[in-house]
Amino acid sequence: MSATAIGVFVICIVFTVIWSFTNSKLFPTFNFVGFWQYERLWATPKWVISVANIWFYGFCQICANMVAGFLLAVFLDQRIRQEDLLRTVFLYPFALSAVITGLVWQWMMDPGLGIQSAVRNLGFTDFHFAPIANAGTAIYGLVVAGIWNGVGVTMAILLAGLRGVDEEIWKATKIDGIPTWRVYLFVMLPMMRGAVATALILQTVGVVRTFDLVIAMTGGGPGIATQMPAIYVIENINARNVAHGMAAATCMLLPVALVIVLQVIFRLRARRRADRAA
Amino acid sequence: MMKFAVAAAMTAALLSSTAGVRAADVEVIHWWTSGGEQAAVSVFAKEFDATGDKWVDNAVALGETARATIMQRALGGDPPDAAQFNPGRQYEELIQGGLLLDLTPLAEKEHWADIIRPDATESTCHIDGKWWCVPVNIHTNNWGWASIAAFKKAGVELPNTIDQFIADAPKLKAAGIIPFAVGGDGGGWQINLMANDLMLALLGKEKIEAIYRDKDVAEAGSPDVAKVFESIRTLSQFSDESSTNRNWNDTTALVVNDQAGMQIMGDWARGEFSLAGKKAGVDYACLAGPSEKPYLRLGGDIFVFFKQSDPEVERAQLSLASTMLNPRTQALFNAAKGSIPVRDDVDMSLADSCMQKGIALLKDEANVVPDTNIWRNEAFGNATNALWTEFWFDQSKSVADAQAQFVDLIKNAE
Repeated sequence: MSATAIGVFVICIVFTVIWSFTNSKLFPTFNFVGFWQYERLWATPKWVISVANIWFYGFCQICANMVAGFLLAVFLDQRIRQEDLLRTVFLYPFALSAVITGLVWQWMMDPGLGIQSAVRNLGFTDFHFAPIANAGTAIYGLVVAGIWNGVGVTMAILLAGLRGVDEEIWKATKIDGIPTWRVYLFVMLPMMRGAVATALILQTVGVVRTFDLVIAMTGGGPGIATQMPAIYVIENINARNVAHGMAAATCMLLPVALVIVLQVIFRLRARRRADRAA
Repeated sequence: MMKFAVAAAMTAALLSSTAGVRAADVEVIHWWTSGGEQAAVSVFAKEFDATGDKWVDNAVALGETARATIMQRALGGDPPDAAQFNPGRQYEELIQGGLLLDLTPLAEKEHWADIIRPDATESTCHIDGKWWCVPVNIHTNNWGWASIAAFKKAGVELPNTIDQFIADAPKLKAAGIIPFAVGGDGGGWQINLMANDLMLALLGKEKIEAIYRDKDVAEAGSPDVAKVFESIRTLSQFSDESSTNRNWNDTTALVVNDQAGMQIMGDWARGEFSLAGKKAGVDYACLAGPSEKPYLRLGGDIFVFFKQSDPEVERAQLSLASTMLNPRTQALFNAAKGSIPVRDDVDMSLADSCMQKGIALLKDEANVVPDTNIWRNEAFGNATNALWTEFWFDQSKSVADAQAQFVDLIKNAE
């Protein structure tokens, strides 16, 4: 079973890489053209902008979600009333599909329909709020929607992590007279490493496959200002330019491959060190 | 194989004469979802259902998405029975891969080669002596659609050329009208279409052929092309803020409702005007080009038929192909769609003044320039979409940068 699963994944990845070196159009061929697809890829502004966007979006999104998620978790951890209700409220956006999230935020940020026109109708005719109508600011609009969508789940995971820490620790820190904020930052946070790692991985995976939110909210625009690598790959495959799409997909795999290789190296080193110590 | 196809086609032809006795479902994927388009596609459905078979409608919004759906299903071994494409190179791999039903026997029986005109339209389906698809209409992609009321409100004459429009645009803006309506959805195809139209209007047929057909890099980098880029940059300052992700028919609606002055769009926009009860020459004007010596940039729609194992379905497919081309369907369909019939012997009493204008221009083949799709593949189309839409929405991208990128695209075009 696991052999099949690994086989399927590995074979798919291997073929993705192989085809990225061919000039396949609609049907796969083995007509090798070396690094030509990669040369075209990095000469294409749309791809270069996509890559810059995903790093920027990912960085903002992950930082904001982790920090805000942790703060919300700490807030709910204060044994406040209505905790169940608030937890549901914060977690609810995550239950919505990214397409719906994207559409709703698009309406709100659309200058002709959303906040801008509502405020203008109130009489403030100079009011200007149209982040996604401007190529320079559209990506921030996406980040806001992404945070709204993703902060709840980070909160839920971190709250579970907080609740999982032994009550005795709290008592011990009370006796030692450590201020609460220091306990959260320097005692609780390191003790819930597992929860933090889980939240972080979920966020990162979410960022890499960013697709539907962008399609629903900006369609990659204005112009190509909010293009993302995943959209680029799909678009090329759909345009019967499969090899080029595969080259882009391979480039998307590289950071992941790098992380895996680094992890293996660290593990081997740790084992060697452990062997030496023994 | 060939013999089988001929035999099958002949039995199909025989059977279709006794239609009504047997029936099959024919699933059709197309991207006609706007009001005017739906009115047109329902003509096909109605006429086909009347023959006894059944049109199974599968409309997928946005051409790009619909074509992706068709391709995925074809690759997955479950192709639809019939599917829409734009004429050109979008379906060349399907032909090479042997996935399409050969329509040659039917075409020869019905003399398609003699009735379908102009050659530019016929040749998109009649390839190396064989018929692989059915052209259903001729669209012309380069029209300025202007609201007469909006221009009147601003006290400005309707423009004859794009330069005149650019000169008058500030007056429209001062009158509270969106001078130029455009939408940025679907990767920027509307902006690309508009840019291609202006290229043709400002550069003329020879230069367009040199650039897009012959990949003349020097011509693509010439100062004349730079001037087109500059005109488009100027125009981009006369659009509205909500344009970034708007679809074409919502954009046309701005002109229909006299909120915007002009939109540059293909003749399918006419369907939206007539659906809203507007009259050509009274409520709206159609400006070919817009240019004093207009060319027609020829596009359209074709249908391919995928090979199916069931001979009953194949008979129905051929019957549909035949229905799409018969004069009655052609007249009704094209009147609703705003396009020109692919055959000359069609009753054109339904055509309005805009359509008549197009038909008159079409009479002289020297006026006809094929769409860039005919020469270049879809990957090139997507790349030009990206180029123009980025240039349009990002004012910090310089004309020189954009033109250098354009030259690079032409150089590497396939």
